[in-house]
Amino acid sequence: MRQIAIYGKGGIGKSTTTQNTVAALAEAGYKCMIVGCDPKADATRLILHKKAQATVMDMARERGTVEDLELDEVLLEGFKGIRCAESGGPEPGVGCAGRGVITAINFLEENGAYEEDIDFVFYDVLGDVVCGGFAMPIREGKAKEIYIVTSGEMMAMYAANNIARGILKYAQSGGVRLGGLICNSRKVDREYELISELAKRLNTQMIHFIPRDNQVQRAELRRMTVIEYSPEHPLADEYRALAKKIAENTNLVIPTPLTMDELEQLLMDFGIMESEEIPA
Amino acid sequence: MSTAIKKTQKLIEEVLESYPEKTRKERSKHLAANDPTGECGSSCHVKSNVKSRPGVMTIRGCAYAGSKGVVWGPVKDVVHISHGPVGCGQYSWWSRRNYYNGITGIDSFGTMHITSDFQEKDIVFGGDKKLEQLCREIKELFPLAKGITIQSECPIGLIGDDIESVARKMTKELGIPVIPVRCEGFRGVSQSLGHHIANDSIRDHVLGKGEMEKSTPYDVNLIGDYNIGGDAWASRKILEEMGLRVIAQWSGDATLNELSIANKARLNLIHCYRSMNYICRYMEEAYGIPWVEYNFFGPTKIYESIRKIASYFDDYIKEKAEKMIAKYKPMMDRVIEEYRPRLEGKTVMLYVGGLRPRHVIGAYEDLGMEVIATGYEFGHNDDYKRTYPELKEGALIYDDATPYELEEFTKRMKPDLVGSGIKEKYAYHKMGVPFRQMHSWDYSGPYHGFDGFPVFARDMDMTVNNPTWNLIRRRKI
Repeated sequence: MRQIAIYGKGGIGKSTTTQNTVAALAEAGYKCMIVGCDPKADATRLILHKKAQATVMDMARERGTVEDLELDEVLLEGFKGIRCAESGGPEPGVGCAGRGVITAINFLEENGAYEEDIDFVFYDVLGDVVCGGFAMPIREGKAKEIYIVTSGEMMAMYAANNIARGILKYAQSGGVRLGGLICNSRKVDREYELISELAKRLNTQMIHFIPRDNQVQRAELRRMTVIEYSPEHPLADEYRALAKKIAENTNLVIPTPLTMDELEQLLMDFGIMESEEIPA
Repeated sequence: MSTAIKKTQKLIEEVLESYPEKTRKERSKHLAANDPTGECGSSCHVKSNVKSRPGVMTIRGCAYAGSKGVVWGPVKDVVHISHGPVGCGQYSWWSRRNYYNGITGIDSFGTMHITSDFQEKDIVFGGDKKLEQLCREIKELFPLAKGITIQSECPIGLIGDDIESVARKMTKELGIPVIPVRCEGFRGVSQSLGHHIANDSIRDHVLGKGEMEKSTPYDVNLIGDYNIGGDAWASRKILEEMGLRVIAQWSGDATLNELSIANKARLNLIHCYRSMNYICRYMEEAYGIPWVEYNFFGPTKIYESIRKIASYFDDYIKEKAEKMIAKYKPMMDRVIEEYRPRLEGKTVMLYVGGLRPRHVIGAYEDLGMEVIATGYEFGHNDDYKRTYPELKEGALIYDDATPYELEEFTKRMKPDLVGSGIKEKYAYHKMGVPFRQMHSWDYSGPYHGFDGFPVFARDMDMTVNNPTWNLIRRRKI
């Protein structure tokens, strides 16, 4: 069983990328599970064709304690037998969502959600690693492999670098490794080169470049992955390619995060177009 | 530098020798030989109120202990919620013996333990709704409760619960003050910050909100007496007999109303300076009420304090004070006559909390005993400044002492009596050294005032001269 965590800036397309990739893996015959680690609980919507499934923490709140839950109440099957669980958590502004992730993952583990026949477990984790709770998927020998979703936008790269720093910490204590950057294109100038260079500097690879395509939105409106909604579409093949690369990836590294100065220089080198440099 | 100081400094060096260098360097600042004259300078001063060194097994508490356990806990007609998981409330439940009059569970709640008993889901989803529910239940179960305090445990601060807005809402809904106290245990270096936080919450939510029908020129507050074993009652008797009217006790056997009218007093009398100087300073600034420290341990200090307090008032009070001293002196002399021959020349080592490391020195001296070493768990510089003149030259002073240091100093100084807390008690029993708990008076008391001194003298005698100690097989020390 390979356990993989997907991190990245909020809104970058982690959940969409994760679900499409997992759908492609399932289509290729792998047995997969997705664990959503975000109070918004939208990491499995495209697989289950519905949102707001019963999350571990919502059920725990209803019943009183997490011990009163049964696994099959919170572990559901969707497209091609993909198993889905959501940690759930509080409304924005109250309580401790990080603790919710810890509680939920512990519950899934203790109750046998991680069956031996599973090939891939994917953790889809909230925006940034804001506290220990959101690092739970990469602690204690769970996910050993991390992919960071990013784009050529400055803030997404900042976040990616920041996440690499978190990985570095856990790489030294727990053996977690960075598998690569997934570039979810925003059609930024020279995006391919920029992210390839960032990956190089981080001691890793840009494992795949997903072109921007509205087919994702069309599929999402129907609560489906592109793989399921339009298996013949070129974008579906992009996700299949990504899935294949992840399945075959052996390039797992300890990242070398950049300093802020280095990162800004990188953005200067790639981000400023010649035309902008000509004074008006 | 005198030989007595040098001798103690050598003793400190010897004991510190076993420490690794960094620890030795840091701990040496917390240990000193006393110099009452102040000529010895900073080498005879101890460093205090800083973070304890990991590994030294400090016996300090936390901010929650300072607020819930010390300042707020004794306020009897208020229900104090230990807000968070169950342990903090459970293990601080009625551990201070703050006596009170009243019917528990009806109009008084001192010995009760009320907690929001946080579970996993309260951490994840926040505990504000549960807190509201708890407040409503308290109002329903205890309609005579005059208020509710929310004593925050650590997780409340960590998850950012908005207890202030719950308190505002519940105050309005229930018609009694609901007071949020941000005394999360991780704040500060000891219980000391908890005292301050609790003082501030009384200032913000209680003080000055009450009405008093009639003022007299003799109205005083009895501050910093937690009525352990009935101490505050013994102190109050003295003040009343000298003609003063105690309008509020802070906070032993106290009611919320007392605290709310305390700003009407003419003078604040403060016993435990450490835990309540904050509110005295505030009342001085805001209401112009002067404050005076006093000491009701042992006749010498009692007479001194009575005269000092009386000096703030007219001849009527001064005369009554003198009359009272004349009345009680023979009784006190009889106590000394009885016990002094049995205790004369005995030495004492102390390690306690807020006021006792210095306040009980006089009482021991009245019995012919000498305090050769003392120190505070959580004192500040101003506590130590008040302590130096009370001790003889060369007496040992330690701040936030470690069990190792206490044990070694005991072996070398061979005191006839050690006074400290429950955590030290059994180690000393095993060492065969006469020991008294000086936090809880070893389930005895009161020790304050004219009522307390005979009890104090009897307790010290029956401890020091108890034949049991000779039956304990002592290791050669």
